[in-house]
Amino acid sequence: MSAADHHAHPNPHADGHHDDHEGNHGSLRDYLIGFILSAVLTAIPFWLVMSGAIADKQATALVIVAFAVVQIVVHMIYFLHMNTKSENGWTVMALIFTIIIVGIALSGSLWVMYHLNHNMMPMMSHDMGQVP
Amino acid sequence: MESVVHNHWSPLLGRLWWDAVPTEPIVLVTFVVVAIGGAAVLGALTYFRLWGYLWKEWFTSVDHKKIGIMYMVLGLIMFARGFADAIMMRLQQAMAFGGNEGYLNAHHYDQIFTAHGVIMIFFAAMPFVTGLMNYVVPLQIGARDVSFPFLNNFSFWMTASGAALVMTSLFLGEFGQTGWLAYPPLSNLAYSPWVGVDYWIWSLQVAGVGTLLSGVNLIATIVKMRAPGMTMMRMPVFTWTALCTNILIVAAFPVLTAVLCMLSLDRYLGFNFFTNDFGGNAMMYVNLIWIWGHPEVYILILPLFGVFSEVTATFSGKRLFGYTSMVYATMVITILSYIVWLHHFFTMGSGASVNSFFGITTMVISIPTGAKLFNWLFTMYRGRIRFELPMMWTVAFMLTFTIGGMTGVLLAVPPADFVLHNSLFLIAHFHNVIIGGVVFGTFAGINYWWPKAFGYKLDPFWGKVSFWSWVVGFYLAFMPLYVLGLMGVTRRMRVFDDPSLQIWFVIAAIGAALIAVGIAAMFVQFGVSIMKRDQLRDETGDPWGGRTLEWSTSSPPPAYNFAVTPIVHDIDAWEDMKRCGVQRPTSGFRPIHMPKNTATGVVLAGLSAVLGFAMIWYIWWLAAAAFAGILGYAIAHTFNYKRDYHLPAQTVVETEDARTRQLAAAGA
Repeated sequence: MSAADHHAHPNPHADGHHDDHEGNHGSLRDYLIGFILSAVLTAIPFWLVMSGAIADKQATALVIVAFAVVQIVVHMIYFLHMNTKSENGWTVMALIFTIIIVGIALSGSLWVMYHLNHNMMPMMSHDMGQVP
Repeated sequence: MESVVHNHWSPLLGRLWWDAVPTEPIVLVTFVVVAIGGAAVLGALTYFRLWGYLWKEWFTSVDHKKIGIMYMVLGLIMFARGFADAIMMRLQQAMAFGGNEGYLNAHHYDQIFTAHGVIMIFFAAMPFVTGLMNYVVPLQIGARDVSFPFLNNFSFWMTASGAALVMTSLFLGEFGQTGWLAYPPLSNLAYSPWVGVDYWIWSLQVAGVGTLLSGVNLIATIVKMRAPGMTMMRMPVFTWTALCTNILIVAAFPVLTAVLCMLSLDRYLGFNFFTNDFGGNAMMYVNLIWIWGHPEVYILILPLFGVFSEVTATFSGKRLFGYTSMVYATMVITILSYIVWLHHFFTMGSGASVNSFFGITTMVISIPTGAKLFNWLFTMYRGRIRFELPMMWTVAFMLTFTIGGMTGVLLAVPPADFVLHNSLFLIAHFHNVIIGGVVFGTFAGINYWWPKAFGYKLDPFWGKVSFWSWVVGFYLAFMPLYVLGLMGVTRRMRVFDDPSLQIWFVIAAIGAALIAVGIAAMFVQFGVSIMKRDQLRDETGDPWGGRTLEWSTSSPPPAYNFAVTPIVHDIDAWEDMKRCGVQRPTSGFRPIHMPKNTATGVVLAGLSAVLGFAMIWYIWWLAAAAFAGILGYAIAHTFNYKRDYHLPAQTVVETEDARTRQLAAAGA
């Protein structure tokens, strides 16, 4: 038996489903933790806005953004079950790629739009500095 | 025609009323011709009792090969429509001088240039690219299908539904008059009050779902379903470019979806994301849509770079020069394509620092692209080159794309762009790279893989007629636009004052006519090849002396692709097997687990088209019903557990024995 055996073998996945998911699918406990965390992380920003606990509006906005970022991480860990080992590291690679792309899109947009406003609408950007 | 007010609305039909039926003679004639042609096709299908066959074997099929072919058919149909728009524009511009208004009024002309761009990018080029990837990738990696066969069928039908919405706009209402990217404030409700922009939004949203899901599907397929032994650095280059393209799709298309959502909120619910007042910022739209838009052009071109790599290696009889550098060049282009988007609006006023950053990144992207060109040249160097049709298209690509690339680098210089922005020079540049790259690449791919898909080669004579008409026609049609652009003529003009410009437009129109000959010759080529299929028949499954795994199967391949999964030991797996004298396994077959056909894709995509149509015309009850229908049907589908079957071993044995006899008869 020759090269034929060497080069070909019956398809190992010929039968049945691919039941070889390495990643865990989460326990009830994980889901509950995730649910409670995301509910809390949603409630606090609402409270911040409705009560006006922080006087400075810009600071409030920044705090809300921070909560949103934490929320994303909670979702990824507890609902999407992402960790460094699942799918032979492909998940992490996809995550890194996503972060790079989102980072480029967000920071690039801010940079572009800031300069645009600065150059094209000098009156407006001046005014915005005066707005409380 | 200019200021017709459409303010009729009824609960039953929304904005749909008699005034939606076009009254312009040109559109009416088109409508009548299409109606007669459509009725003839439908009649023929009924007469020859083909409905059942089409439904069972094609429309509901989850076989990646059939879905790939359906994508190509969709692309060709829409390509013909998009070209009809193109030749109408060329004729108008060649005529409209010295007080002559041409034959198209402004309302009609604006729809035509909008529809031409939208159709060519979203409904011709994208189906071509997706179709080639769908057909070829699973075969190249030794897989039996894509990861999610049903999803694949659904993706195709969503794309087709989007195309159907665009076609509907021709005969019911109007299409956008905004240019293919529908910049606000023009695309806001205040300036585009009727259905044109809504047709644009919903056709792209519906098709976009299909594109995104097909991207997910192909990534999963390439990552998870490669044959044993095929490491990432042994994947065929076409599969590599397909992987990078689909990563781009998955990363970029959500941005388009989000931008379209925001524009929809502006138009439907009175939001002010992009309006002139209430804090809206139209420039933000331009910024966001190009964050999707620039990766999109690399989504289109990368797979064709893969096609050229396969074709060059095969027809030079050599391993591809610089495989590793080719892979890295592809990856570098993938990343770089995300940091160049501002070069589409240098003139918007971001200033010198921003412009120089994006100008430099744009120039940098030509380095990996140039590396690829040198790789192809070195592959050809000292190879035994056979100038068959795929290779001819590849050589034409290399020459044409290089010119387009050079004018691209020129446009990347911000001060030069201030002169050339929105001029015909830009139009000439991107047609130069899209026709020279995407279209020529698609034709190379069609000529290359047609024998695999159907079991016979395409007729070379008509292929050559098409080739020469296209190449000469292309240069005649677009080189004058470079000249005109340098003289300052802007895009999307309907009439001209300066009579000295006319000659260039006339030359361009002659070029377009020659391209029309090329397109016609291609369809003749298909017809002639089908008639002469017995003379053009290929029994071996490997008519070109191929190097990758798709050529190890019969032509056309059986539904299951590979009876026995191949094991890969080298980059060009099939070439390696031929060299080592690997024998095809002829016994020991097992039953094969296969997915079942399903109508769910057709139904869900059809309902999505209804949803889009209802939203366009403000028929709220129908939109709600269609949306509920989509949800209900999708949930019901999850309870369908009879989605698979086992192809009996006996059937596999019979199929493979027939193949053994065929090979013996062919003397292979």
